Amino acid sequence: MFEVSNERIDVEQLRKGIKNPKSGGVCIFEGWARNQNEGRTVRQLEYEVYEPLAALEGEKVIAEALQKFPFLEASCVHRSGLLEIGDCAVWVGVSSPHRDEAFKACRFIIDAIKIHLPIWKKEHYVDGDSGWVNCERCSNALSL
Amino acid sequence: MKKITVRYFAIFREHAGLNEETLELDARTALDVFELTQNRHGSIEPTGHCKVAINDEMADWSSAVSDGDTVLLFPPVAGG
Repeated sequence: MFEVSNERIDVEQLRKGIKNPKSGGVCIFEGWARNQNEGRTVRQLEYEVYEPLAALEGEKVIAEALQKFPFLEASCVHRSGLLEIGDCAVWVGVSSPHRDEAFKACRFIIDAIKIHLPIWKKEHYVDGDSGWVNCERCSNALSL
Repeated sequence: MKKITVRYFAIFREHAGLNEETLELDARTALDVFELTQNRHGSIEPTGHCKVAINDEMADWSSAVSDGDTVLLFPPVAGG
């Protein structure tokens, strides 16, 4: 299950959702909004998500993970909108009979989500400035 | 000429000052659309960094565009 949420991520609820009597363990990754990036102090994060395609691609990532590392349950939720420092930005949970598949699938899912989904992150800094992460080339191009 | 609706996201939307527009473009591929709208989105280097979708399906820069298509131009993504 992959979802985009504009609301605070309820990690306890998600954890319950991947329980399975056949599972011997769960591997969970939580990505948090941090207050530092490349030497700048971040005040807030803002995620823009193109939901129709993010949902489709997110489900594809989970399906691909299931093929590579057979597990029993997996769930991933990514935030959209404005986040405060410390908020959970992305949650990935995988439960499986044994830990190896859970660790590997969880790592695969978060790595693929970061690469493939149409999601953009804007950092708002304490000095009042802001910037889109990974878009330096786009900004530089404008001044050419 | 083809009538193409171009949608801009994140930094591209901010550069363009609008979410989308319908243009008459002499475009054969998604890359042509990217290049013909460069004065809007402001980026000159799509390959390997930016992504493109056509009619809500992820596409390659070499994908053909047709009259009436909606081309979505995605700047470098940064989920997680």
